[in-house]
Amino acid sequence: MKLRFKWKPWALWAAVFWGSAGLAASLFYNDTGRKFFLPGPTTHGHHQIELKCSVCHTPFGGVKNDACNQCHGAELTAARDSHPVSKFTDPRNADRLKSLDALHCVTCHAEHEPHVTHEMGVTQPQDYCFHCHADIAKERPTHKGLPFNSCAASGCHNFHDNTAIYEDFITKHMKESAVRPKPLVPVRVLVAKAVPLPDPLPAGPADVVHDWAASAHARAGVSCIDCHQAGKTSVMWIPKPGVESCARCHAAETAGFKAGFHGMRIAAGLSPMTPAMAQIPMKPSAAHRELSCNSCHAAHRTDTRFAAAEACMQCHDDSHTLAYKNSPHFKLWQAELAGTAPAGSGVSCATCHLPRKSRYDENTDTTIVTVEHNQNANLRPNEKMIRTVCLDCHGMPMVLDALADRALIDRNFDSLPSAHVESIDMILQRKAAKRSQKTNNTQPQ
Amino acid sequence: MKTIQTIIASLLLTAGVAVFLANVSRAADAASTPSITPKTMADALHAVMNADRTVYTKNVVNRLQNQEHVITASEHYVDDKALPLPAQMFRMGAEMVASKDPGFSYALLSEWPINKQNAPKTDVEIAGLKFVAEKQGKENYYAEETLGDKKYFTAVYADVGSAPACIKCHNSHEDSPRTDFKLGDVMGGVVIRIPVDTK
Repeated sequence: MKLRFKWKPWALWAAVFWGSAGLAASLFYNDTGRKFFLPGPTTHGHHQIELKCSVCHTPFGGVKNDACNQCHGAELTAARDSHPVSKFTDPRNADRLKSLDALHCVTCHAEHEPHVTHEMGVTQPQDYCFHCHADIAKERPTHKGLPFNSCAASGCHNFHDNTAIYEDFITKHMKESAVRPKPLVPVRVLVAKAVPLPDPLPAGPADVVHDWAASAHARAGVSCIDCHQAGKTSVMWIPKPGVESCARCHAAETAGFKAGFHGMRIAAGLSPMTPAMAQIPMKPSAAHRELSCNSCHAAHRTDTRFAAAEACMQCHDDSHTLAYKNSPHFKLWQAELAGTAPAGSGVSCATCHLPRKSRYDENTDTTIVTVEHNQNANLRPNEKMIRTVCLDCHGMPMVLDALADRALIDRNFDSLPSAHVESIDMILQRKAAKRSQKTNNTQPQ
Repeated sequence: MKTIQTIIASLLLTAGVAVFLANVSRAADAASTPSITPKTMADALHAVMNADRTVYTKNVVNRLQNQEHVITASEHYVDDKALPLPAQMFRMGAEMVASKDPGFSYALLSEWPINKQNAPKTDVEIAGLKFVAEKQGKENYYAEETLGDKKYFTAVYADVGSAPACIKCHNSHEDSPRTDFKLGDVMGGVVIRIPVDTK
């Protein structure tokens, strides 16, 4: 006898509904499957964490400013944000908000919309300054006829961070020569006091003990268990300590690492970043190296000189990196390494991308010079680099032009810039016009 | 069936009683809570703002910069390692208050602003700043205005140059549209806005 199963319509619908819901759920709760839910490619800044939706999205609440501020808030505060949200909550700006809702980060930085995404992840038409500054030429005759899509694209202004390109700052530095009389970067402050090596040396593989004995860790009295022990109260041995172990002593450095492209996946609770995931050229041989502190600082050597340049070149394969060894900056770095030039005169990758900065710590009420480990902090827009790096060694006129010269950046600054940013010319014109106006006003009629 | 009807009726009755009691309680609260008018609130806020601003201008900036020559005040106080200007101090406070969404807003504006974004732009701002300047700060200006589909009670108070530091800076700044201020002159106005619930 042949058994025949006949579908009832409601059973068929139920099966289709629950089957689809189950499939959707299984895809959503799986990193690979979640890709199917992405409404479009994410920007260069967020692609690493695109599968961790909750970093940006509040369930049924969209993307709130708080989510953006969690990663970018400190940076905006440090930059003394020129256009904070609080400036637009004033009711007198209600008419402006109708043209551009500046109360929400996503108004200008929408995600998953590559067809309208410009530099800096901006998804508004690039002439957005027009909404509030349409009559700028009245106040600044030098700006007459300038297209509004050139305000931020020409190296003159940024929406958020203008700390290095505001008029009075440029004025203060505009007569500087291309290279300063004493081109040096600040010296790091080592907080740990040197202690003698233990006698006998710790037991362990000879090469490991040898590397450790020559390291800064050994000089500071940091021994095997300080890194390999799970915690202060735990005696569990960790064979390969991770970022959290380093963070016990290097909290600021680790926080910087996690805030940048190197560590943002770890910060989001994802697997570590690998060069294979990057959207910029990387060496195929390094494709699957997982990024952690040890990627640049070898576990037992902790050689900061290696970390400052050679470590970067292990993975990065873009034209700027490839041109480094032919650059004047590299020659200076070689001279410093060889001891023929003073400390702080060499220019490694880290000199510009992981710059030394003076940092005030409220807890200890002290100011120390440390290394910024977020290598993206001064990159986008690159005018951020002016204050944090370039002006240590170079004068403002050359720096403004060099950072606007894409070809020169690709060649790793092997010559003087051929691009020109007109900021200084406009300042001089305005000052001359003011002087002439003053003279006319004071002359007897 | 009857049991279900009884349960539903009981639930509806309970919900109705709860809503009634809640409204009665709210009405009683409203009746017993003292309220103040927007004008009283604006005047009180301005009294605090004006006192703090005057203290900072006279006892900090003018004393340390103009009298004792200890430290300067600068528009770029971070870069110049200087004191924030009194107007900046005031605006920083206004921005911090705005970020807390306290139910009112305030701004420092002027008919002769160094930063043109601080020029009056709504009809009430234009009329208010003109009024307080004409009255030499002896009278305040009050009006209602609608901005972005919301109605506000707006008060404008004269901002008087109370110390030589104010006068000197505004008269010498290269972007200042007026350079003949004297001590005691009205240099601008403080605009306080309180949303008015019309429902």
